[in-house]
Amino acid sequence: MKKSDSGIAKYLLIGISFLFIILMLILPLITVITEAFRNGWEAYKEAVSDEYTVKATLLTLEATFFAVLFNTIFGLFAAWAVTKFRFRGKKILTTLIDIPVTLSPIIAGLIFVLTFGRQSAIYPYLKQWDIDIVFAVPGIVLATIFVTFPFISRELIPVLETQGTDEEEAAALMGEKWFGIFRKVTFPHIKWAFLYGIVLCTARAMGEFGAVSVLSGHLRGKTNTLPLHVEILFNEFKYVPAFAVSSILVLIAIVILVIRSIIEYIGKRNGEDVR
Amino acid sequence: MKKIISSVLAFTLAAAVLLTACGSSDRSDGKNNDSGKVTITNVSYDPTRELYAAYNEIFAKHWKETKGQDVEITQSHGGSGKQALEVANGLEADVVTLALEYDVNAVRDAGLIEDGWVKEFDKDSSPYTSTIVFLVRKGNPKDIHDWDDIVKDGVGIITPNPKTSGGARWNYLAAWAFAQKQYGNDEEQIKDFMKKLFANVLVLDSGARGATTTFVENGQGDVLLAWENEAFLSIQDHPDEYEIITPSISILAQPSVAIVDSVVDERGTREVATEYLNYLYSDEAQRLAGQNFYRPSNPDILNEFADTFDLNLDLVTIDDFGGWDEAQQKHFSDGGIFDQIYEE
Amino acid sequence: MKRSGKRVIPGFGLSMGVTLTMVSLIVVIPLASLVVFTAKLSPKDIWETITRERVLASFQVSFLTAFIASLINAVMGVILAWVLVRYDFPLKRLLDGLIELPFAMPTAVAGIALTSLTSDKGLIGKFFSRFGIKIAYTRIGITVALVFIGIPFVVRAVQPVLEKLDPSYEEAAGSMGASRARIFRSVILPEILPAAMTGFGLAFGRCLGEYGSVVFIAGNKPFETEITPLIIMSELQEYDYASASAISLVILAAAFLILFFVNLIQSRNSKILGR
Repeated sequence: MKKSDSGIAKYLLIGISFLFIILMLILPLITVITEAFRNGWEAYKEAVSDEYTVKATLLTLEATFFAVLFNTIFGLFAAWAVTKFRFRGKKILTTLIDIPVTLSPIIAGLIFVLTFGRQSAIYPYLKQWDIDIVFAVPGIVLATIFVTFPFISRELIPVLETQGTDEEEAAALMGEKWFGIFRKVTFPHIKWAFLYGIVLCTARAMGEFGAVSVLSGHLRGKTNTLPLHVEILFNEFKYVPAFAVSSILVLIAIVILVIRSIIEYIGKRNGEDVR
Repeated sequence: MKKIISSVLAFTLAAAVLLTACGSSDRSDGKNNDSGKVTITNVSYDPTRELYAAYNEIFAKHWKETKGQDVEITQSHGGSGKQALEVANGLEADVVTLALEYDVNAVRDAGLIEDGWVKEFDKDSSPYTSTIVFLVRKGNPKDIHDWDDIVKDGVGIITPNPKTSGGARWNYLAAWAFAQKQYGNDEEQIKDFMKKLFANVLVLDSGARGATTTFVENGQGDVLLAWENEAFLSIQDHPDEYEIITPSISILAQPSVAIVDSVVDERGTREVATEYLNYLYSDEAQRLAGQNFYRPSNPDILNEFADTFDLNLDLVTIDDFGGWDEAQQKHFSDGGIFDQIYEE
Repeated sequence: MKRSGKRVIPGFGLSMGVTLTMVSLIVVIPLASLVVFTAKLSPKDIWETITRERVLASFQVSFLTAFIASLINAVMGVILAWVLVRYDFPLKRLLDGLIELPFAMPTAVAGIALTSLTSDKGLIGKFFSRFGIKIAYTRIGITVALVFIGIPFVVRAVQPVLEKLDPSYEEAAGSMGASRARIFRSVILPEILPAAMTGFGLAFGRCLGEYGSVVFIAGNKPFETEITPLIIMSELQEYDYASASAISLVILAAAFLILFFVNLIQSRNSKILGR
């Protein structure tokens, strides 16, 4: 098929894509990197190896891990439920799943503060059991789960929808249990979409700022994630270190990209039709 | 249907267990004992980090010498109004050190701080102060010396938005104070002046730091209305590019400190928290404030910094506006004068 | 739920149960508290809050810029996905990997970087200011920031569908003499349209609520470049939860309707396609 696509259209489309990506993504990226190194390598090293930067990185990784784990489980079940069965209220359900993306992150944070914070009805009980949610790590995890909620299911649903249910029905009639059907029939179809979903979810979870910022309390070394740490540095007139710390996020994103490419490469080598 | 219900139950349980698990494992502070180490949390606003990083060290030394106990201070910095909101919603702060009295009042209104906190420490609980000045480009090309120069045609002003930035409310009130001196109590003329001023505003950033970036890094506008300490920080970063201009009249910006009564009583930290704020008035801490470009509230120490600060400046205070609650209501609430400036 | 006799595939109870629990815990309960807080105002107060001139002006700014930005992203997203799936060219992996970058970069950093590029002193801004076009501190600037924020949505929604799409249809149509444009319109577009619409809907919703990056580039002048999330933020600064919730409910309702509509189209489309 690649050979049949010839000529002007191909190069025009590739050209447009490159122009768009260079203007919208690469230039901002270069800006971040040059700002990060404006005061030289030593200053950069100092900024990223700062005790609080390291703690913030660990916390970000922790929150991202839990958010991706939770949303993976949710995404698989939700995509299965939505595409393999007919039931009433399906559209409302899928729309509800999408809602967290569209809610202003500030409001997202606020509603968790209102639900679990000091003004809420359940606060005394949480207090009694010594459970901290807002202004502690669980709140940050919760906010991260919220903003990335639909990412994995949203990747899976369109693919599963195009694929239909015939194969699963056949397998079920042959007496397969649901997990067997999922593993042998469904999963091979969705694995690449699944990978996209995880990468999207991870990226968004790492970079989330608004909702986490409302819920975190900004306790230095305790509840500061990387994006929050960036904001604080910025607000403290530490312009260059702020960019240096953001470059850590860019770096993690690149690592994730490399991992994804490796997975795709192995998949391809094993003779599967990836693209 | 039964299956749905049972899996719902199982999952709720699992989720609850998970939350509890990560909830309890992260309770690092716990309760304080009399012996050993004590920890307190200081919830502050943005540009005070360096001040408190240095102050926490000298305070820890002081506490160790007088009480023989180690003290560890957890810092939290953020927008002043947002920080107050978080404390009101359950962020466990032993002390708050915020940008303005109004924000501390919000914590009081949530029932966490007792009435009369303003009189609990010296100088209306403001151990250090600042004021509003102009930051202009080197050589002052637009010849700006006072408030009436910045409302002239062709002058671009950068200031944060008083609606979203607590600090920017001081900017607004400082300009108002000048107009009041100029036009007496003719409110229409004052409003006209303010309208002209905001017509010259090119960018209304959401916070003080954003406004500085717009002015310094992105080169917008001719004059930045800024807190004096922040203006000094910009000069420090770019010594050859900017100048500070002190207007004839400005406002005494009083950041407020207070003990969060209900938290210290619960955690048993009232003594150390009180001493923490009291010691801010010591000579050593006052000098530290001066070195960080805050005006020390102790007049003797302030005079030691006469080279840095313009001490002949005519300063009004928030009391000239009837206190924060009244000023907030009149100027910055929905439909208040600030809204009218834009809406009419 | 009468049709359960038709359900051959197992796992309905489990997957529905998990999905519903998670949706209610993460989405429904927090949203309910938003409604509860809004309900503290009388209907008349709510109406007055959301119809204040300044709020209405901000709705106009937010909806307009979000719509244009998502439209740009929908077109560019389809082109990018097509180029990435169908063509081979140098640096393709790099292009592919950069797509998630907007998610990983904290929004504030993105806003600051874009502003410094597009202000009249910046690299891109200088070029455009020669033609008298200002980008930063205008609605164009807001749109640029929103395009940045929304890039991954459409690309990553369309890409998996395109990968699963069998090129033999196109080849068959091509060998029967159909023009390239016609093949795209009648064979490819119907397949990827639902996914593109989903991406558009999510991007639109996300843009409506975006705060972190926009406040830096917008200029935030009332009636001109003041976005609704900024108004919500100022209500919060005044400790006015009720007004903040009321205004955010408007945005939320709009987002819900758009997504619901998109989901409707999507399921109708898959029916037309006989699936």
